[in-house]
Amino acid sequence: MSLSLPPPEDAPRRTVEVDSHTINFGPQHPAAHGVLRLVLEMKGEVVERADPHIGLLHRGTEKLIEHKTYLQALPYFDRLDYVSPMCMEHAFALAVERLLGIDKDVPERARYIRVLFSEITRILNHLLNVTTYALDCGAITPALWGFEQREHLLEMYEMTSGSHYHANYFRPGGVAKDIPAALPEKIERWLAQFPAFLDDLEGLLTENRIFKQRTVDIGVISAEQAMAWGFSGPCLRASGVPWDLRKSQPYEVYDRLEFDIPVGRHGDCYDRYLVRVAEMRQSARIIRQCLDQMRPGPVKVADHKIVPPPRAEMKRSMEALIHHFKLYTEGFHVPAGATYTVVEAPKGEFGVYLVADGSNRPYRCKIRAPGFAHLQAMEVLSKGHMLADAVAIIGSLDIVFGEIDR
Amino acid sequence: MVEELEQAIRAVLPDARLTRDRFGAELVLHVARERLLPTMALLRDHPTLAFAQCMDICGVDWPAREERFDVVYNLLSLQWNRRLRVIVRAGESTPVPSVAGLWPSATWYERECWDMYGIVFDGQPDLRRLLTDYGFEGHPLRKDFPLTGFVELRYDEERKQVVYEPVSLTQDYRNFDFLSPWEAMTTLPGDEKVHLQRIEAPKS
Repeated sequence: MSLSLPPPEDAPRRTVEVDSHTINFGPQHPAAHGVLRLVLEMKGEVVERADPHIGLLHRGTEKLIEHKTYLQALPYFDRLDYVSPMCMEHAFALAVERLLGIDKDVPERARYIRVLFSEITRILNHLLNVTTYALDCGAITPALWGFEQREHLLEMYEMTSGSHYHANYFRPGGVAKDIPAALPEKIERWLAQFPAFLDDLEGLLTENRIFKQRTVDIGVISAEQAMAWGFSGPCLRASGVPWDLRKSQPYEVYDRLEFDIPVGRHGDCYDRYLVRVAEMRQSARIIRQCLDQMRPGPVKVADHKIVPPPRAEMKRSMEALIHHFKLYTEGFHVPAGATYTVVEAPKGEFGVYLVADGSNRPYRCKIRAPGFAHLQAMEVLSKGHMLADAVAIIGSLDIVFGEIDR
Repeated sequence: MVEELEQAIRAVLPDARLTRDRFGAELVLHVARERLLPTMALLRDHPTLAFAQCMDICGVDWPAREERFDVVYNLLSLQWNRRLRVIVRAGESTPVPSVAGLWPSATWYERECWDMYGIVFDGQPDLRRLLTDYGFEGHPLRKDFPLTGFVELRYDEERKQVVYEPVSLTQDYRNFDFLSPWEAMTTLPGDEKVHLQRIEAPKS
């Protein structure tokens, strides 16, 4: 790919013997976590340069969103980071609410439901990451166990939103509908067995000699470096920076909930794993508190120009019928303005820079994906490591190409 | 919180052009291209500002404007728990100084801006395309780039390879105009269309 000019005629010629070769890692490599093409320059078995080529999953989401109404744009967010869909929706819903100026009006119950599902999503994401990461390092059992737990959580997704993955559940102004009556009990039953599962999972990995040999002191990044490279989320916390948007810039009801922020010390692959496991325990704590504190009530704002009216009302009220028709054809107009709204997604800071021009479509919607910044640091992280360590580093960064390529 | 940040910036940059977004909750600093690098270095290194993280850089296209692009930097200070947005204007042929020397994370963001909008970053050593295909032409997020693009891919069974062809659509892209076309009691957005198209009653 590099283009260099030939040296001038009078330049002294020197011969350099280069004992390196280039390896194309991916895009079909199972440990590339999707469609990463990583061009590795190797010296023997040691990585000299790592150049990730991304964009193989680029679908033009940002361009598509510019041509859709705000309501139609929402489902695209499920398809960004497809292992933590609701957290992506959350950022967009919050951004639209803030531009509309209704962020203070969102009912209490909707906020609790959003936090509840954000944390379920966090566990979903971390379960997938931790177990497939172990798979990259040679352990198969965690993936088998973890996916059973994921299935329970995805059933909760399906009960509530009607869909296993692409939920389209968080909407500007609240959530699509209330949670089913059977859900709290199902979550309670699941919560009762989850800590024991995590202990089992940790029993397999945390003190496992092979796993530790593959991860301890691999891909070390200092706190200063991590900040300069735009790290966020578990990857930043593993380097010892106690930074979590849920604590430092609380949104929804996070300021009323008790939870701790696990922080690593060494910034290596092993610490990133430990932080994620500890975060799952904290998320379970948050879920329990949400269930305890949630009270019955409305789950959307009352303004039917933004959220659809109840179906029963549409059968009787002309006004409700008009609202419904206008909402699903024209959508709602958002006053001109711009916002950069962030949420603490499982992978880190997921941001939406939304520019509205007063019409019913976003003028510009830039999606700031945490994995984008993490993957960029791949060269810094893997330089001087063995080829097999590059696999462990990719696994520990929690890369998902839906959000990186957009 | 925004007021504190505004004062901190005014103390360091007395002639800063600051605006507010989203009902005054977000602070935006507008900088001229020539002054971008010194301003950014100050924002990063001054102890009362300390924007150690550059979380996002993106372009916005306003085709009607003379310098049609905005380059938007979203900065974050972990130390002070503050966010700041910096906006620089750029034209198609006016390069913006690269901030990759200040924040290494800027490289990919600037490459993406170049790829999507064709904004040139001066001093960026690695200005390759990032998200689009190898050999792609055009800058897809520009407002004058059609949603469908110009070429499509298919696998050619005879040549045993993937080939590019001009896009052929069975149905044209339908762009709905949602502004109300009906005349109403009050003047609504879109009413002017009715007035324009009204056929004069025959004079007799």
